[in-house]
Amino acid sequence: MTHATIVIGGGLVGMAVANGLADAGHEVVVLDEGDDAFRASIGNAGLAWVQGKGRGAPAYAAWTRLSADLWPEFAESLRAETGIDIEFSKPGGFDLCIGDADAEIRSRKVEALQRQPGGGNGVVMVDRNFVKERVPDIGERVVAASWCPEDGYLNPLLLLRALHRRAADRGVSYRPGVRAERIAPAGGGIRVDARDGTTFVGAAIVIAAGLGNAELCRQVGLNVPVRPVRGQIVVTARQPIFLRHPTSTIRQTAVGSVMFGNSEEEAGFEPVTTGGILARHAERALLEFPRLADAAVVRAWAALRIMTPDGRPVYDRSPTLPNVFVATCHSGVTLAAVHARVLGPALGRGEIPPQCAAFASARFDVPAALGT
Amino acid sequence: MFRLLSAPEPAAGPVTITVDGAACAGLPGETVASLLLRLGHLAVRTSPASGQARGPYCLMGACYECLVEIDGRPGRQACMTEVAEGMRVRRGVP
Repeated sequence: MTHATIVIGGGLVGMAVANGLADAGHEVVVLDEGDDAFRASIGNAGLAWVQGKGRGAPAYAAWTRLSADLWPEFAESLRAETGIDIEFSKPGGFDLCIGDADAEIRSRKVEALQRQPGGGNGVVMVDRNFVKERVPDIGERVVAASWCPEDGYLNPLLLLRALHRRAADRGVSYRPGVRAERIAPAGGGIRVDARDGTTFVGAAIVIAAGLGNAELCRQVGLNVPVRPVRGQIVVTARQPIFLRHPTSTIRQTAVGSVMFGNSEEEAGFEPVTTGGILARHAERALLEFPRLADAAVVRAWAALRIMTPDGRPVYDRSPTLPNVFVATCHSGVTLAAVHARVLGPALGRGEIPPQCAAFASARFDVPAALGT
Repeated sequence: MFRLLSAPEPAAGPVTITVDGAACAGLPGETVASLLLRLGHLAVRTSPASGQARGPYCLMGACYECLVEIDGRPGRQACMTEVAEGMRVRRGVP
């Protein structure tokens, strides 16, 4: 009989949860797909982003804010424990408004966020002068912005590496090249069958398999209809540092590269870049920062990110196998700190954290149950 | 630090290029990065963000650390460019 908790998925969500479980004293085995996995964890731009999350969903706003509050300490502990500096910074971020109409729409959204229970996570509208004092190179057409002092960024590749190293240091067993395909009860535990014929038995399972969650969850009676949303990102040659505050579409890395693009396309399982989207990204980037006209583009990529029907996370427990849990979200970077510090230890106690009650998957069943 | 592993083909004559104005003998088929490393030029530029020295690293076009000016065009990848007769290479150009 094993006491291990099996985490299915070795991306940012799975590894953050695995770290939290290990911190709580659990024996953990991580089953991870091969390098041919879609792996949203290595395709994103690395924003640890608070504004824009949780409008109309106070629980999501609060959960995001909790992660933002935990990030500085968590990033520092990763550095201290693994020697890996994930280049975390929380300087506050802007969502720039191009033209008065854009600013008008944005200010209504910000007001709605501020009015909801729990408030707006410090998001406020600011004028052009406020932005220009902090980011002098903004374009002429930037008239205003929403600003959130909680916004930050980090290097997502280094974060994934640091989570893996920290997990290994804490005795987590990492099994690469194992594509979990079936979950079923087995004696007193739960069995996971992999495509290559191997089988693992655990006392508890956490499904954190990104786009693989829909099928694995279906097997344990959970309706988690995640779908791929394609994001395309452009990277320039390294520039002198000019952008110390990220915007919702652009950030500059510690080594000077500028990353931009925030497209969300319904494109199925096709992680390819397209000229039209990349051109639109470039146009937007030039409106925000005209100096980028002289920057060479060195690469671009597309990644499939995970989207739930309402864009919010799902944390839930199987109704048929009570020791099977699912953890999935769109924002594996932003939420990594709260996943490691709060979610992982709670799952280790066999609990969904109380502040996550709103993230149960039953919310997707309501329209069907009502016949609407 | 870097040296040839085997003698060049006897039939292959050297390719004359200039690095920062100085004439150098390249080998047919080698990359500019290879030549720069053989000449001992481990650093070819400085980081625009930190000012630290940077030089050829991945040698396969991925890291963009080996950027030099080639024939008047800045930002060229030395590791992805073959030496050619008369080529002019300049280091230290952002």
